Amino acid sequence: MSEKVLSVQDVTMQFGGVVAVNNLSLEVHKGEIVCLIGPNGAGKTTAFNVITGVYAPTNGAVEFEEKTIISNYPQGKMEKLYAGEHKGKYKKVLEPTPDKITKLGIARTFQNIRLFKSLTVLENVLIAKHMRMKANVFADTFLINWKEEKKMREDALELLRILDLYELKDEKSSSLPYGKQRHLEIARALATNPSLLLLDEPAAGLNPQETDELTDFIRKVRDQFHLTVFMIEHHMNLVMDISDRIYVIDFGKLIANGTPNEIQNNQRVIDAYLGVAEDE
Amino acid sequence: MTEKKNTQLKILFSVIALFVCAGILFCVNHYTRPTFMLRTVMQLGAIYGLVAVSMNLLNGFTGLFSLGQAGFMAIGAYAFAIFTIPAKSRPGVYYLYGVADWLSNLQLPIWAGLVLAGLVAAILAAIIGAPVLRLKSDYFAIATLGFAEIVRIIVGSSPMNRITNGSLGLKMIPKFPNFYFPFIVVGICILIISLLIRSSYGRAFKAIREDEIAAEAMGINLAKHKQLSFIISSFFAGVSGALMGMYLGAITSTTFNVTLTYNILLIVVIGGMGSITGSILSSFLVIAAREWWLRFLDMEMFIGSFKVPLLKSGFRMVVFSLILMIVVLFFRQGIMGTREFNWNFILNRLRKKKNAGGEGCE
Ligand SMILES: Nc1ncnc2c1ncn2[C@@H]1O[C@H](COP(=O)(O)OP(=O)(O)O)[C@@H](O)[C@H]1O
Ligand SMILES: [Mg+2]
Repeated sequence: MSEKVLSVQDVTMQFGGVVAVNNLSLEVHKGEIVCLIGPNGAGKTTAFNVITGVYAPTNGAVEFEEKTIISNYPQGKMEKLYAGEHKGKYKKVLEPTPDKITKLGIARTFQNIRLFKSLTVLENVLIAKHMRMKANVFADTFLINWKEEKKMREDALELLRILDLYELKDEKSSSLPYGKQRHLEIARALATNPSLLLLDEPAAGLNPQETDELTDFIRKVRDQFHLTVFMIEHHMNLVMDISDRIYVIDFGKLIANGTPNEIQNNQRVIDAYLGVAEDE
Repeated sequence: MTEKKNTQLKILFSVIALFVCAGILFCVNHYTRPTFMLRTVMQLGAIYGLVAVSMNLLNGFTGLFSLGQAGFMAIGAYAFAIFTIPAKSRPGVYYLYGVADWLSNLQLPIWAGLVLAGLVAAILAAIIGAPVLRLKSDYFAIATLGFAEIVRIIVGSSPMNRITNGSLGLKMIPKFPNFYFPFIVVGICILIISLLIRSSYGRAFKAIREDEIAAEAMGINLAKHKQLSFIISSFFAGVSGALMGMYLGAITSTTFNVTLTYNILLIVVIGGMGSITGSILSSFLVIAAREWWLRFLDMEMFIGSFKVPLLKSGFRMVVFSLILMIVVLFFRQGIMGTREFNWNFILNRLRKKKNAGGEGCE
């Protein structure tokens, strides 16, 4: 439980006057499954978007495997508008695009599934392997790198076999049942060879049985691929069942963190979140 | 094991198809008069086919709605003409303004001219790509259309007189050495584009078309891959421009005006965005209709002493525009959609029939 994989440091994300993530700090250690929970609009997806390079944070930094990969401070118009804390603490600007982050070894899925809809299951996975390709366009077009291409295909098929998607390899991805689409999105993320997997509400829209299958699926994936998993989730059964630790945010701010047991008995969390969830 | 058999079948079919195509070309060449319309339609259809496929690489496969293809054709055609017009004909071509000194004795062989045409177009694409590709879809379309017009105007402008012969244009461009030439060049180019599309880079292009955000999250560098697609597409547009120059023998800047862009777009949309075979098929159909089957729409016609209404010069374009609107409104997929007419397509069809027939047996 020692090695830090991800460390989010004082991250604030402000859109105009709206502070979506407010001074968020958290850590994820190697091999853990950590959940991020909070009411709708709390800023969970925005936090993921910052970690994966979709948005540059307004202030703060993100470390991955002990190296700073993202860092920013309020500049330009934001200098006056900035409503968060720790102004002046960060002085470096480091804003990689999402593809760079993925290359480093952080892969993600999306809250509303974003598969390559008209392409097949196999193609979806192959595309995720493209960034590791060594050949240039010329070599790739004229099949000079046929060995690499063959290896890519074998790896992709092997991955599909492990994840029980092999039978579906030639199906159009949009024609898959919803639960399988969720599995495929995780498979596609795995094809990028990540060490950290970010899942944004992977059980959203699934029925109870599919949710159970997904729970097993995530555990299996973590164990087989020696991954660290950081996920956003609403299904409390799933969260309490699977998490090693839980972070809770509300209105962009961290309000609690701890083991599932601690969180279940935390009065602030019950007030802010669990109470609401029971009403639903 | 069935996969291996399938591959063998496909290779066999491909060889047969190649022979059939060659046979058709041979027959047309040997048994038709040189003025026969079919010859024109086939050659022009092939040239339009290439530029349509190159546009499809951008619009249909990478999801970048470009309208700049005519501009890159113009560049290719002019680059080709400038470097391949026979040195002894140059004084005649540039009789009014004279020819730039460095050009007067330069003359490249045809194949080198074709490659050069593509390269010049590709280099220009690389230069304008960086700023233009950052624009969102509709602005990108407008910017590329504007670019095509700017190219046309610069090429025809007076400071370029001693290179492009200004508004007079260029003539004495080498003709096709034989009837088969354009088909061979177009065949090779389209084969290369098809190979690209089925490669890993081609898949990355399709990923960008399907969902930019997801593609980027899967590690695909958007800027690099869009640029790549833009440059490659422009290269082949340049080559098709050169072929157009050879076909016509003479070009001016108005050869490559907005109407050309419109025609190419028409072909791509009718064939199906995202289908190479669709573009080729539709190219021959559209050219045949325009140059041959629908010619009569532009001519006044009398039946006895009755003058058929509407038929007069320009009516053809009205009909074409109507066809485009009907396709866009009711057949948005075009002829092929994103499917390809290949052996898999045919084998699958056959197998489905078989399965439907023999359901009870197994
Ligand atoms: N690009 C954006 N521009 C402006 N506001 C945004 C943007 N993205 C998210 N927000 C705001 O940030 C808040 C948090 O949203 P989100 O992170 O999606 O919440 P969650 O995933 O926890 O449900 C919301 O109030 C949302 O309106
Ligand atoms: Mg969310």
